[in-house]
Parts: sequence; structure tokens; C-alpha cells
Amino acid sequence: MTSLTGLAAASSWNRRGTLSLVALSIALATLLLLTFERVRLDVRENFASAVSGTDLVVGARTGPVQLMLYAVFRLGGATHTIRMDSVRAVAQHRAVAWVVPLALGDTHRGFPVLGTTRAYFDHFRYGERQPLALAQGTPFSGDLDGLYGAVLGAEVAQRLQYRLGERIVLAHGSGSLPGSEHADKPFTVVGILARTGTPVDRTVHISLQALEAIHLDWAGGVPMKGLAIPAEQARKFDLEPKQVTAALVGLKGRAAVFNVQRFVNEFEGEPLMAVLPGVALDELWSVVGVGEALLLALSGLVALVSLAGLVATVLAGLNERRRELAVLRAVGAGPRHVMLLLAAEGLLVTLTGVALGALAHLATVVLAGPWVQAQYGVTLNLAAPSASQWQLLAGVLAAGVLASLVPGLRAYRLSLADGLAPRS
Amino acid sequence: MIQVEGLRYAWPRAPRDCLTLDGLRVEPGEAVFLHGPSGCGKSTLLSLLAGVLLAREGSVRLAGRDWRELSGAARDRHRADHVGYLFQQFNLLPWLPVLDNVLLGCRFSRTRAQRAAERAGSPSAQARSLLQRVGLPQDSWTRAARELSVGQQQRVAAARALIGAPEVVIADEPTSALDAALREGFMDVLLGECRAARSTLVFVSHDERLAARFDRALSLPDLNRASCGAVA
Repeated sequence: MTSLTGLAAASSWNRRGTLSLVALSIALATLLLLTFERVRLDVRENFASAVSGTDLVVGARTGPVQLMLYAVFRLGGATHTIRMDSVRAVAQHRAVAWVVPLALGDTHRGFPVLGTTRAYFDHFRYGERQPLALAQGTPFSGDLDGLYGAVLGAEVAQRLQYRLGERIVLAHGSGSLPGSEHADKPFTVVGILARTGTPVDRTVHISLQALEAIHLDWAGGVPMKGLAIPAEQARKFDLEPKQVTAALVGLKGRAAVFNVQRFVNEFEGEPLMAVLPGVALDELWSVVGVGEALLLALSGLVALVSLAGLVATVLAGLNERRRELAVLRAVGAGPRHVMLLLAAEGLLVTLTGVALGALAHLATVVLAGPWVQAQYGVTLNLAAPSASQWQLLAGVLAAGVLASLVPGLRAYRLSLADGLAPRS
Repeated sequence: MIQVEGLRYAWPRAPRDCLTLDGLRVEPGEAVFLHGPSGCGKSTLLSLLAGVLLAREGSVRLAGRDWRELSGAARDRHRADHVGYLFQQFNLLPWLPVLDNVLLGCRFSRTRAQRAAERAGSPSAQARSLLQRVGLPQDSWTRAARELSVGQQQRVAAARALIGAPEVVIADEPTSALDAALREGFMDVLLGECRAARSTLVFVSHDERLAARFDRALSLPDLNRASCGAVA
């Protein structure tokens, strides 16, 4: 029925003003559905690739999700710290291959500062077990000479336009209070990491000793009155860290993971908790899933509303077109042709809308991608539609076909009742 | 070409018949004028002749087939193959170019497309020659039908009814929207082309002055033994 499709196209073109508004609303619904799905998928991928090769994350007792959020994703804050002694005890366990302590809390111009050891650069893995690579410079040395060395994540360096040798000042806490800067002990950028697409990009890395040093003359979150220890002097103090926020643990073999987890959870020195990153992520998704389902349902509703608009528009135009239907009947078109014509029209509008929406979606990913990356640290992939996105597209199209049948059936009934003499 | 016997028709849910016709016969190539005031069942009769409505009783045969013996899809095909239909007004799809409106007559019938090709080489060639003969300026052929004057639109409609030389042309007051000068020209074209294609013409009008130009004139109120009331 190519001739009918041609007629449908010509007829739709004739009413392109109204119909393009409908196509536009379908395009918006498609854009919403596709972009929502893309964000959902990419957020999951980003989270899942943020840490790999780490068997356990150890921290103070909170929820597993919360521990993951602050230790790995730098979201939220730790409520309690753990003692460095405890971390050493875990490292002594015979199944444990390596331990990387993490101390969080300070920031540099909004970017989180992470105190850690050189082991971090050796053992941390992301994505498909990729190690961290330095784009420029070296890791901080970890000894007293290089005490005030900082290694920047790629995003930090790019956004603040820092180069090697740049002097930077860290802020205590979130840095939002005036006078809360560690201005007396500036750091020097010694290394810049290659981009990873994970929270590492947004992190400023310093050694645990340096973190200890800048807090020597601080107590309770403020500088101690009448006590100021200059940067050089600080090297003479005991800079061994006493407390950290969390620790990443790698095992010699995966088989021992539950053994070590039990060992940590039943640790006698202080209450500790060990979580498996994968398990914690699953828990996170089950929490987030409710919200996702709600958002998806809302996007689906938007799609329904725009399809209802399609039905209403075509139906509203139908009465004025009864003459046209009679003409078609007179030249030998059957009621089913008339129905197909109207249905094809609806389908054309839906197809146009969906195609426009898909294009708008791609444009959104291209244009808003860098901003989302900078703002939320989530990389949006410009990729071919995923299986779930195809499903959404197919769903909108199928609903469009069904919706188009409504005016089609009405036209069928009208042309049967009217014959060649429309009575309007 | 057309045979009506013992026809009875009532609109759905109407209490009594609005059309009762004992017999009507139209020979091939004949041009018949059916006269009647509005509301006497003219349009209903034409819909019955064109197989869009079906008789409650009796038979309506066109080109050898009784409409009632055909399925719905077969009726549509039979109509497309053998009937060219002309309305009083609004004959064209307003958004479709003139030439495509003429070709609509072939769009649903392979038979008529073939016959058009036999006569002129291709359907669109016949459409062009018909448009020329009904006197439509060539520069208007690619314009949308709605841009034409009413008189021009009726000429295009005549070309569409005639393309592919259907056996029967049914015209439902095609001149009522035209003024006297245009009317004469239109009648010349329609009658001339029907004669040239040897198509049977059934022409309905309330304007009795036209009757003289036809082979035969009939009065519908005389034929119809039921009184229709207000149904047009």
C-alpha cells in the first residue's frame, strides 16, 4: 500500500502546523525517556567502574552503602574514624595481600583531599582492573623530604588549570568557613594522574603524614590559639597517623573474603565493618531503584500524554475531513483504506517525533555531557542505543501505533456510516 | 449497464423505506438525466447505484454485477474499476496537487490504470490530456487543488471521473455551484468526454433546464413510490 503511505504523507504535510506540535511533544517524551535511561545506565557504569580489584572496604560501623559512598565515591562524610592500629592489625591477617588506608575530610576549592600511602598508587584499580597512571610527574614520595607533595586527579588539574610545581593551599573541612585554610603549610603539585572517569579524577592526593602535619596545631576543627607550628618545624614531630577514615583491602585469594570479612566484623579493638564493594553497590541500586522506577513511570506518563495529544489532534481534524473521506470512497477506497490512511498518518507523526527525540537525545549527551561530567563526575557515553533504550523506543512506537488506530477506527466507522454523503 | 429491480431502501433505524423503485434500466453509452427537488432521495439513489449503500430488497446491478452479491472489499474494487463519481462540490483532496487528484481515479483500480495507459501511454499522460481537454491551464496542474476556483475544481473532478474510461459516470448535481456561463461550458465538457469514452452517464440535478441535452430525462419523484421526508 505504498500509494496510501504517499497519500498519508501528503495529507499530514498539509496539516504540518498542528501535527508538528504533536510530533514535538512526542519528541520531548522520547528525549526524556532516552536521556533518563542513558543517565541511569551511565551512573551505574560509573559507580561500578569506580573501584575494582579491591576485595573489601573497611571502615567504622555504618551502613555498607554509606561506607562505599564516602570511602570510594567521596560523597557525604564519615561519621566516625578508625584507628590506624586496627588497620595494621587487618594488614597482619595472613590472607591479606595489601591495605591502603584512606583519610578524608579536607578539601581544595571544593575538591576532596585524600590522605593515603604510596600503596594507593600501586594497588588501586578501576574499571577493568586498570591501574592508575600518571600523566605528568611522580607520586608523592611518602618521606619527610617530599612531605608537602600533592598528586592531582585529572579533573582537578584541568578545571583549576594547575601544572606541576604549582603551590596549593588546602582547606579544613569543606572550606566554607573563613579562616579555615591551612595557609601556613602550602603543598606543591608533584604529579597529575591520567583521566580515569572515576572519582579519582576529582581528588587531591597527599600522604597521611602530610595530613597529620597540617593538623598538628589544630584541635576541634579550629587552629589552636597561641600555637603555630611552621611547616619546616612540623617535620620534627611524630607524624605517624593515628586515625583514618577507611581502608581498601586486597586479598591473596578471593576464597578468603568471607573469612577476612568476619575477622574484621568481629575485631576486638574497636567496632569495625568490612563490605564487599559489589554487594554494597547492589544494595545501593536496590535503594535507588525505587526512585528510578518512579522517574521512569513519570517519563512514561509524559509519553502517554503526548500520544493522547496525537489522538485528540487527529480526531479533532477528522470531522472536517469527512468530505475527503467521501472523495476517497468515491474513487474506490474501502473503509479499511480510510482506516489505514488515518493510522498511517498517526504512525508518521509518531515516527517523526521519535526520530526527532532520538536526535535531541544525542545532541543533549554531546552538549550537556561535559557539564554533567564536571558537575556530577558522571561520564555520559555517546553510544548506540542500549537494549533497554531500544525497548523504550519500541514501546513509544508501539503505543503510537495503538493510539493511531483510534482515529483510524473512527474514520472507518464514519466512512461506513457516511457513504458518499457526509452529514456533518 | 445499470439495472434496478424492486429496490427498497431504508436508512438504518428509519421506521419506513425512503426509496422504493420498481425498475430502472440504463443502456451502455446512454446519458440519463434524473431530475428531482432536494430531499427526494437523489443522493441515496446514487449511493445505491455506486454500491456504497446496499438495497434492503431487490437488486441493483452495475456492469453485470449485483452489488449485494459482492463482499465489501469486492464492492470497493468494482466501484473503482467501473464508476467515476462526481459530487456537487468538494470533489478533490484540497491539499493534493491537481494532477494527483485526477490520478486518484486510477489509484485504487489497476483496470482503470491499464485502460488509461492503453489510451494515452500512461495514466499521467491521460490525466494531462484530460486536463487539457477540460480546459485547465497547464500552470495550474501542479498546484494544490484548493488554490483553484470552484469552476476549475469541478473540471478537475470531471477529469478524475473520466480517467481510465469507466463504464459509468455518476454525477450528483455537479453544476449547482457554478454560475450560468460556467455551467454551459462544464456540461459541454462532461457530455463530450463521456461520449468520447462511450461512458454511460447518470446525471442528477434539480435544474430542469439541463434536461434537453440528455438522451433521456426521468423524474425521480415519479419513479420513487416512497416519500422520503427530509433525507437528502
